[in-house]
Amino acid sequence: MSTLTVSGLCVNVGETEILKGVDLEVSSGEVHVIMGPNGAGKSTLSNVIMGRPGYEVVAGSVTLDGVDLLALETWERAQAGMFLAMQYPTEVPGVSVESVMVESFTAAGLSPVGVDQLLRAEADRIGFDSRFLERALNVDLSGGEKKRNETVQLGVLRPKIAILDELDSGLDIDALRACSSRVEAMTNENQLGVLAITHYNRLLHELRADHIHILVKGSIVESGGPELATELERDGYARFATAGSDDASASVDGIDPFLDPLL
Amino acid sequence: MSIPEMSHADDPVWLAELRSVAHERAVEAGLPSAEEEQWRYSPIDEIDLSSYYLAKHPHERLAGEFLDADSIADAALVIDTVDGFLTNVDDRGADGVVVIDSSKSESITATGTVLAESIDTFADANLALSPSPLVVSIAANVIVEGPIVVRHHIAGDGGLVAPRLTVVAGENSQSTVIEVVTSDEVEAMVLAVTELSLAPAARLDYLVVQNLATSVWQIASQVSSIDRDARLATNAVALGGGYARLRTDTRMVGRGAEGNIMAVYLGGGDQSLDLRTFQTHVAPNTRSNLEFRGAVDDRSRSIYTGLIRIEPDAGSVEAYQTNRTIKLSDGAWAESVPNLEIENDDVKCSHASAVGPIDAEQRFYLESRGVPTPIAERLVVQGFFSDIVARMPHSGIAAVVEAHVADRLQGQGQR
Repeated sequence: MSTLTVSGLCVNVGETEILKGVDLEVSSGEVHVIMGPNGAGKSTLSNVIMGRPGYEVVAGSVTLDGVDLLALETWERAQAGMFLAMQYPTEVPGVSVESVMVESFTAAGLSPVGVDQLLRAEADRIGFDSRFLERALNVDLSGGEKKRNETVQLGVLRPKIAILDELDSGLDIDALRACSSRVEAMTNENQLGVLAITHYNRLLHELRADHIHILVKGSIVESGGPELATELERDGYARFATAGSDDASASVDGIDPFLDPLL
Repeated sequence: MSIPEMSHADDPVWLAELRSVAHERAVEAGLPSAEEEQWRYSPIDEIDLSSYYLAKHPHERLAGEFLDADSIADAALVIDTVDGFLTNVDDRGADGVVVIDSSKSESITATGTVLAESIDTFADANLALSPSPLVVSIAANVIVEGPIVVRHHIAGDGGLVAPRLTVVAGENSQSTVIEVVTSDEVEAMVLAVTELSLAPAARLDYLVVQNLATSVWQIASQVSSIDRDARLATNAVALGGGYARLRTDTRMVGRGAEGNIMAVYLGGGDQSLDLRTFQTHVAPNTRSNLEFRGAVDDRSRSIYTGLIRIEPDAGSVEAYQTNRTIKLSDGAWAESVPNLEIENDDVKCSHASAVGPIDAEQRFYLESRGVPTPIAERLVVQGFFSDIVARMPHSGIAAVVEAHVADRLQGQGQR
């Protein structure tokens, strides 16, 4: 049983305050979903937990089973059991996913023998053409293929807690179903804890959410059960955007953040 | 300024004359200075050729081969020199290929025909001093299946060594030539010249791997002449040497000629890698594409200067040039200066040059998968080189190069 604990997390990018005291607790087997309008700080939260350069933590803490993640290098956080499926997976020319998995296993003190079979098995599970595994990481992959590639790696690395930063964006309906049900299976079979960031309820058709958190302007303004996602899909953010904020978010006005481009 | 002179008493008359002219030219030109554009940023002012002696015979070598027997099992021909002297020719059935040691040939050979004019003192000194100027000729219409491997090794401590190879690719022939330059842990100066001559419609893939000890300095020139509809692909791997210079002149002299010029270079410790390129389009409808990639670590330096020159008669030309260098440490230094000189309007030309640190996003991506930082950096650099490595002419040898680069990257930063 593992727990990721975020408490009082305040993060700046340059001079701008992005996160203003975020509290969260994600334990093994749980699925937490963060929803919120553009610019609310959702990606900042996922990046800062994983240690992407460019963010300044000004207050608060992030721990995994009591271990201070913020004091660790990114790769050490991954080795401690964290995984980030990126919103825009980086292209790494000339580097194969297999070589990366092999180095990760080796650093963990695990035998990398059989990593290629693991990759192939994970690819098969979500209908990811295993020929893509031969390519350089994310190079010449479509947006959807990149997300499936992230899911394959998640399956191979078996972290304790996975952050999924808009895993659903760029995925067609079939791929979304395959990826989200793979993650759901991991929450049951491997007790994977999930922190999913999404705009759309459709990720939650296969991936069963336990908790929904609404992030607006760097703060979680409301938490609740899956019914909250349904309400959001119906009514939008208007109710939350005005709560505790005098300059109601410009990004909320005029556009419907729940307008699903695939529907 | 003194250029050492060597008595080549047994030389054939024609070669003795050629050497004498080259020696005079070298003496006349003298050593260049770092003030000259072609020698800018180089430690040329520290070079004293008279502090080295001329080897009279090949010394006993200590270091093993860079290319193991397996990687060249399919070679058509293996030629070895030690300290510039031809020591071995192992013909494994290369039909249509002739190897000549010009110092033993009464009739005139192709030595000095591609590089007929003086480009610098050191190339002239090479001709004056080279004990075994080799010529490898591929007959017209011949396809040589396996690679022709020429291995130069430097074993003599304090030696001034002048290996020289001239490749003549006959009309419509197809071949692969691989040169490997290695040394023992000795103090030596290598003045190397390679001439590549491509007859009409010849296809030649050429790879040179330089893995000298860092106690050795090298000043090398590679000069190519590509005739009508011929295609040359060259790939240089610069790994060793304390100061190691490679000047590459690629000349498209016949209509439809094509030159692809690639290199990977990797500096560590206090190495200084000096790469100068010239793409010269003499004939119309010619094409050249240069792609160099390097990385410098520790306190090492790399210098790249490149010139694309389009002569007045060369219309409908495409010429491209890219050099990219990754700086792996704050103490490393890299300079990259591309240049164009165009005397014809009907051309497509571009050059690009970049020096920068390792891509932080790429590193972060690999780290986020649990790959420790130094390994993530190694993978990113190997990936950066992989485009060039993948286009090396021989996959077995490319694999050896790749493994060696990986080892080097692993060990770097610990010196």
